[in-house]
Amino acid sequence: MSPKTATARNPDKPRDTGEHEELISGSEAIAHACRLADVDVITAYPIRPYDTVMQYVAGMISNGDFDCEYIVAESEHSQFEIVKHASAVGARVFVGSSGVGWFYAFEALAVTAGLRLPMVAMVGNRALDDPGAFGVEHNDALAVRDLGWMLCWVETAQEALDTALIAYRVAEDTRVRLPCAISCDGAFLTHSQAIVKVPSQKMVDSFLPPYDRGDKQLHPDNPITIAPQANEDWLMEMRKQNDMAARRARGVIIEAYEDLNKKFGRGGEPFIERYMMEDAEIALVGMGTLAMPVKVAVRKMRAQGKKVGFVRVRWFRPFPTIELQDALKGVKAVGVIDRDYGFGSGFHSGVLANELRAALYPSKNRPKIASFIAGLGGREVTADNVVEITGLTRDAGNGKLDDQDTIWIGVRE
Amino acid sequence: MSTGSVEVIYRGIFQKTLAKNICRGIVFAARKEGKIGIAFGRYGDSPERNGIPAKQFAVVSNTEDELQEYLSRYEPNNNDVTISCDDTLCKGVESWAWYGLQPINKLLAKNGTLLVVSTQSANKLIKIIHRKGAPYKLATVKAAASFSGLWVYKDDHTDVRLLGALAKVAPHIVSIDSILSAIKDQWKNDKKVASAKKAYDDASTSPVGAEQGSEEIPFSFDLPGWTKMEEGLVIRGQKSEQKNVAGWEGGYVPGRNETFKKFSTRTMRPAINFDTCTKCTLCWLNCPDTCFDISPDGFYDANMQACCGCGVCEAVCPVEDCITMVNEEAFEDNNSQWEMWRKDKKKYAVWLTEKISNKPARSHGFHHVGQYAEEIANES
Repeated sequence: MSPKTATARNPDKPRDTGEHEELISGSEAIAHACRLADVDVITAYPIRPYDTVMQYVAGMISNGDFDCEYIVAESEHSQFEIVKHASAVGARVFVGSSGVGWFYAFEALAVTAGLRLPMVAMVGNRALDDPGAFGVEHNDALAVRDLGWMLCWVETAQEALDTALIAYRVAEDTRVRLPCAISCDGAFLTHSQAIVKVPSQKMVDSFLPPYDRGDKQLHPDNPITIAPQANEDWLMEMRKQNDMAARRARGVIIEAYEDLNKKFGRGGEPFIERYMMEDAEIALVGMGTLAMPVKVAVRKMRAQGKKVGFVRVRWFRPFPTIELQDALKGVKAVGVIDRDYGFGSGFHSGVLANELRAALYPSKNRPKIASFIAGLGGREVTADNVVEITGLTRDAGNGKLDDQDTIWIGVRE
Repeated sequence: MSTGSVEVIYRGIFQKTLAKNICRGIVFAARKEGKIGIAFGRYGDSPERNGIPAKQFAVVSNTEDELQEYLSRYEPNNNDVTISCDDTLCKGVESWAWYGLQPINKLLAKNGTLLVVSTQSANKLIKIIHRKGAPYKLATVKAAASFSGLWVYKDDHTDVRLLGALAKVAPHIVSIDSILSAIKDQWKNDKKVASAKKAYDDASTSPVGAEQGSEEIPFSFDLPGWTKMEEGLVIRGQKSEQKNVAGWEGGYVPGRNETFKKFSTRTMRPAINFDTCTKCTLCWLNCPDTCFDISPDGFYDANMQACCGCGVCEAVCPVEDCITMVNEEAFEDNNSQWEMWRKDKKKYAVWLTEKISNKPARSHGFHHVGQYAEEIANES
């Protein structure tokens, strides 16, 4: 029995050979990644800002640049269910949504991780309704953080393209087989165009093997049942298998970045980016496009001789505990900037701050941690805001600021 | 004041209200004596599924701490009394996620009492109840199993009769006076009080020896650890095969999951007349559980490890009286009917006639408006 994998490529399709540059948005970069990964089934349902990806995918298909099953579903729930099933029969899939659209698919999101299907999704981060708002917040994607989904945040369109390729490689690896969501900040990334190096098909083929479910493929020649009913006498073992897959993802992600760096000459450090962290006494931590004003501010402060650095969390799941413990081990104080909220949570902090506190708790000489909420709903976080945050973080380090509370930055009283 | 627990094993949907009434009755009665109690359900499959074996428990204690000790268990495993609301469940209980067959007396304490609703004699029941390995007592409340529906309750007094009998076999948990008083409070019905009192007066127990009972080893299997289980919630399809045993050359057995068997799920099974069978295949095609083995000579033999007793085969069979559903209580084993027929056709015909003629009522809930009224009229 050898079911034919649906990812088999058409050998007659002409192949370009070299990397080329294009001026494209983050959403368009994701669409290019879908084309280069030769995705078999894509489902769509419009919601801003994710819908830009579906436009670009549709454009590529109509132009003859890309061949895939492209299905516009009647809701996000169906959108995610369709690709879930397609993934089970051996198709490489892509899907995406934003804000409450992502939430409308929640049942499918939960079962996809439980079934160990390597769905790759783009979340165009958007504030959750109500009020209806289009700007970026991270609470949408973060909602799946405990379900087995891998989650990453990207800063640039280039990183979006490269990370999507990494996502397929890691998600489909037999050691992992977990879905992966790539978070792209609404507007700041989805609608911002930059020069992106688009790799050739040959380069991508050398990096990303075809999707092969092997003997777990739903196929008439391979009679299996998936998604059984199970009770307390089976369920805990099933959860433990998910736990082990989530643990193994770490090593597979490291391998993928090593290979990407070797073959593409870019990719950087897996899990986190360390920006001016050498000899830093104050470290700021954040995710996504927030990195841009933070980096501007860090450079300004460095020019003034202040020992400030920044750690950008690239992968939230698996959470980079080891890397963060290492990057922050020498600093006096850490300021975590959340573009999300955790109402009623410990210290009223955002999700990242609470995770980071837990990760650093076992560290020797753990630094003071000040937590901040900023940029909700896509509000601008300015370099001046970051300087203010840095000052407050320094105060927390010196015991001049209560570090058991969370400060909202840039909110009107 | 004494404490104790009662396990009530019942059939999902059809007896859920019955089981609830019994357990609530125990707690109300215990309260009359100043004790505290709790009634709770446990289920492996959905108790809102037709006929699925499920359980309710009633626990009676003197203190909250004592009560908590009972509740800290998934199911209390040293019960003073186990009540079986349907005697076909005496063959075992297999609701618990299908990890095998639990003998009806497994969670009964040594010297405890198994109380069964049945029209059968104690001697006949003991034959189908697994050996416990410890002495216990058996009592019956003479009645056919009381089956209701999801929304309707057949108030035939089975609930209060069991409560009355319980007071007789386990007076340390609740006295008959408390039971009668609680019934009066709850139902405000003197007839129900009288039914309980009569059941109390009529109840008698017979001792069952440690080694008495069915020698069948209950079906079980080892549960695998997470390192042994297939990842991705994948369950392999089972291979169908030609049966490779003497006398079965050319026979065909559908693929079946070796750990997913059905014994006490069913309350009835098909009894098949191979002399009138036309081999039309309809039973085999329509069986939702693929329970029919194909014999070497092309007959369809219902395999009792796979039959859940739904009756679809009887419904689709075009031959009159070829397939007849018969209550499980008529059978003591799960042997092949085709084998029996092949060995001695005359003997089989006698056996079949006896089974079918002895066919008891097999109501599974209510199927049409007015059925309840009809049944009450027929019974009175």
